[in-house]
Amino acid sequence: MPDEVVVVVDGVLVRMPEGSMVSAAIMSAGVSSFRRSVTGEARGPLCGMGICFECRVTIDLQSHCRSCQTICQNGMDIRTGE
Amino acid sequence: MSRRAIDSDVLIVGAGPAGLAAACRVVESGREVTVIDDNPDVGGQIWRGEKEKPSSPEAGVWFERIRNSTITFINGARVFQQPQSGLLLAECENDVCELNYQKLILATGARERFLPFPGWTLPNVMGAGGLQALVKTGFAIAGKKVVVAGSGPLLLAVADYLKRKGADVLAIAEQASRANLFRFGLQLISQRGKASQAYKLRRQLRGVKYLTGCWPVAAYGVDKLEHVILQQPGRRFDIVCDYLACGFHLVPNLELPELLDCKIEDGAVTVDELQQTSIENVYCAGESTGIGGLELSLVEGEIAGLAATGQTTKARELFGNRDKQRKFGRLLNRTFALRKELRSLPAGDTIVCRCEDVCFESLRTVSSWREAKLHTRCGMGPCQGRICGTAVEFLFGWKAESVRPPVFPVRVGSMSVES
Repeated sequence: MPDEVVVVVDGVLVRMPEGSMVSAAIMSAGVSSFRRSVTGEARGPLCGMGICFECRVTIDLQSHCRSCQTICQNGMDIRTGE
Repeated sequence: MSRRAIDSDVLIVGAGPAGLAAACRVVESGREVTVIDDNPDVGGQIWRGEKEKPSSPEAGVWFERIRNSTITFINGARVFQQPQSGLLLAECENDVCELNYQKLILATGARERFLPFPGWTLPNVMGAGGLQALVKTGFAIAGKKVVVAGSGPLLLAVADYLKRKGADVLAIAEQASRANLFRFGLQLISQRGKASQAYKLRRQLRGVKYLTGCWPVAAYGVDKLEHVILQQPGRRFDIVCDYLACGFHLVPNLELPELLDCKIEDGAVTVDELQQTSIENVYCAGESTGIGGLELSLVEGEIAGLAATGQTTKARELFGNRDKQRKFGRLLNRTFALRKELRSLPAGDTIVCRCEDVCFESLRTVSSWREAKLHTRCGMGPCQGRICGTAVEFLFGWKAESVRPPVFPVRVGSMSVES
């Protein structure tokens, strides 16, 4: 087994293999709506490579972070739905 | 925000196959080379996460070459501006990099082309490469039902990858016609390596429904995907699934070459025989010069690296291989050319610009990209038109306007450093 990291997605603890992306942790937590669009629609990742900005979430209180380009760190507080 | 200066003989933007091949050739000539990339690790999209465990012997050879080198890598950094010739600025996690260079090699790669259809904005409808990237970076797809759709050889590679990770791949819908794919197959026979790759993929995907001349027309669900409708002339399939992995072949990432004023033609950066762009000392290699696949990216990267370090004789020795790979690129683009029916996929209320939620209906009242931006805010959101710009070009034939700095949204502090 690779080493694990533990992050918190909307208050729920999620264990991920070390080096996992935050977007993968959110999906592993069973959350598919990462954010709300300007008219309030549910949205999730599209491109997976930092181009579309659909995977934006709040990480450690910093809003608009691209979860598909941020690697999970132990204890990270991830919040969706902004 | 603090700045740090990095001086290099050759600066390379992009750490995918083209950028890595170029970097190897540069560093082996004894020059100082810096490679900058916005992803957290090297490999680009195709070799994402493969530095420690390469998926092919070929990738392994290249990673071995960079491991034993003195190449400087800067990851997680986005180039956003060129204040003057010979200097680029990049935003890193905590500071701004001032990248001074003698020669520059652009290897910015490609992205998937996304086309709007009803329901394409639902969570769990994502790019084919997009879903693969998520799985490569830790998401366990085992047991999930996936439909792979769109166009291009990437669909097969993604379906194979997901299947090996335990996904239940229900169908692959390729919009190109069976006749086109048949001709493609015949042409491949002359390129032994590619033919055996294709054969291996098809064998591994035995049992997965491969529908040709077939494309998604709608996705349904409440706040996330529940089922997708695929259409073949005269037939419809309604498939219940967890994920729709959908991309319509690839398009080059041209924002940075455009910012640098490199000449662009037919949606790709124009280069001379030594991979030099219309701007002196600025080279370009890989998918940004036109979609052509991994082998073309590698050989173009090598040529650019050799040319940028004055090794033109060695560069010329690689022209034959490049010609062969370019021929394959042209064949790819002919085979997977988009059918016109895809232009009528969006309904009036289908969102085209996902950042600003601009729907198809409101775009029908304007007549150019500029007008669309001014009157509807299409392309004015954080992705700066990277997703919808490609779609409206196909839907309406509008060409994107010239790009302006910053080419990526950056923190205010990054813009306000003293220059």
